[in-house]
Amino acid sequence: MITLDGVAKTYGDVHALGPVDLEIPTGGVTALVGPNGAGKSTMLTIVGRLLGADAGRVTVGGLDVVTARPRELAKRLAILRQENHFVARLTVRQLVQLGRFPHSQGRITRDDEAAVDTALGFLDLVDLQHRFLDELSGGQRQRAYVAMVLAQDTEYVLLDEPLNNLDMQHAVSMMARLRRAADELGKTVVLVVHDINFASAYADQVVAMTEGRVRYVGTPREVMTDAVLSDVFATPVTVVEGPGYPLAVYYRA
Amino acid sequence: MTLATDAATVAPGTRPGRRPVVPLALAGLLTLALVVASLFVGVYDLRADGGGDMFLITRVPRTLALVLAGSAMAVSGLVLQQLTQNRFVEPTTSGTSEWAALGLLLSVILLPSAGIATRMVIASLAAFAGTMVFMAVLRRVQVRSTLVVPVVGIMLGAVVSSLTTLLAISTNYLQLLGTWFMGSFTGVVRGQYEVLWVVAAVCAATFVLADRLTVAGLGRDVATNLGLGYDRLVLLGTALVAVASGVTTVVVGFLPFLGLVVPNVVALLRGDDLRSNLPWVCLGGVALVTACDLVGRTVRMPFEVPVAMVLGLVGAAAFVALVLRVQRRG
Ligand SMILES: Nc1ncnc2c1ncn2[C@@H]1O[C@H](COP(=O)(O)OP(=O)(O)O)[C@@H](O)[C@H]1O
Ligand SMILES: [Mg+2]
Repeated sequence: MITLDGVAKTYGDVHALGPVDLEIPTGGVTALVGPNGAGKSTMLTIVGRLLGADAGRVTVGGLDVVTARPRELAKRLAILRQENHFVARLTVRQLVQLGRFPHSQGRITRDDEAAVDTALGFLDLVDLQHRFLDELSGGQRQRAYVAMVLAQDTEYVLLDEPLNNLDMQHAVSMMARLRRAADELGKTVVLVVHDINFASAYADQVVAMTEGRVRYVGTPREVMTDAVLSDVFATPVTVVEGPGYPLAVYYRA
Repeated sequence: MTLATDAATVAPGTRPGRRPVVPLALAGLLTLALVVASLFVGVYDLRADGGGDMFLITRVPRTLALVLAGSAMAVSGLVLQQLTQNRFVEPTTSGTSEWAALGLLLSVILLPSAGIATRMVIASLAAFAGTMVFMAVLRRVQVRSTLVVPVVGIMLGAVVSSLTTLLAISTNYLQLLGTWFMGSFTGVVRGQYEVLWVVAAVCAATFVLADRLTVAGLGRDVATNLGLGYDRLVLLGTALVAVASGVTTVVVGFLPFLGLVVPNVVALLRGDDLRSNLPWVCLGGVALVTACDLVGRTVRMPFEVPVAMVLGLVGAAAFVALVLRVQRRG
């Protein structure tokens, strides 16, 4: 379980987050949704201990993310930020191998290689594995970053807009795979998604935020209503029944 | 389709990540040839009387100094580039060497009778403090575009060397500065170079830290995510670079651009996997500094051109080429 207890963050005089109290259950896929600037990334990076909160406490699987031993935490919790610009000239495989660092400390074992192969296969990167990152398209690179995080093989996986730059096919297969990671490997996946319909189709729980606050928490069916979505996104939204899950339509009032 | 393009881009045997032993052995042999040449090139005729002594007193120390300083400075550049995530940083573009020179001058003024080991410690401490200042300034600079970073370092270095010059003028040590800023192996003789063995330890430590430095090269967030104590590693890496620069400055002076040219050429050819690159960077450093020293020794025989001058020419050209290349890639 992930718990947030009175977590708040201010950048200079911009109030970005909180105070937020939230519990994210173990297992399953939780989607964070909300308009730009709602504080989704801020919250996720605080949970992923990449950013210090001004107040409050975060625990992941019982470990306080601020005080836990970094190496232990890195075996339980992995996070991918929204923006990643590396200058390093590494191949896809070398990057994904670095995901094994918490386990191997650089000395890659056969188990590590197996985990790397699995992650590469999972994200359809086997053919690209020996290419340099700076020679890939944005979407291919995004898949490589996600593969690195999956190779880390942690119980908790936090992803900030993993569908960034992905085409339709790869966005769908990424979500399907994250769903499988939750169902088959028992992982707890928390992700920020831009497209509310992906949350509806794949998530077990939706957390809707605006202006640094958590406004609604519930199953997709609970959150996907005209009233809630129009409120959260400050634009008229109509929810219609889709192929087994609700769809939000908002393209034209 | 995919298979075809893959086969075209990745020729067999050049798969990145594989340790290519044969090319490395060839590079090793080439470097060895340069090192042997360095032992036997010089004004003094080794077949003359006392040739053997001459060989042991000057040629062997000079050559060992080339090997040690060359590999240490190339490795230092690599470490700094990982820690700052910037290809243009190396001890002379981060102010590290300039701070070492300031420390050295202070040790000469304040402790005139101190031995070389004391000077080395003081120079290394100054280099460490200066590099930490550079890192702290970088952390506050918002625009961390590729070129801003070395400009900050060069500016800090310029301020420090002006200070050093001012201090030297007012204490009548100006002539000493010339020899420090113009790194040269001419004066390296037995009893003078032995402290350089310290930098061998720096190289060894870098090999131990290789994977952690690769992770650090992906930035603080990725490093933290992977459970690496980023700040501690930065401190440790900076200390290693400071020792290498401090010791090298005391014994031979500045070796500009060495840490820039070698790691960049290696990265261009082989990518950024540190563990497999390190032997290449060491060999490259030795080969480049030895070749430049040989040129400096032979081009105007019986006079010597300081190695720093030759390195400066080669390095400046490489620096410009690199800037142009980075610009083209955007
Ligand atoms: N580094 C920063 N410095 C100053 N303000 C920031 C910074 N990062 C985010 N903010 C502000 O904090 C608020 C929340 O941002 P963020 O968490 O990135 O939102 P989201 O991911 O939901 O789009 C926004 O108002 C944003 O402008
Ligand atoms: Mg965001």
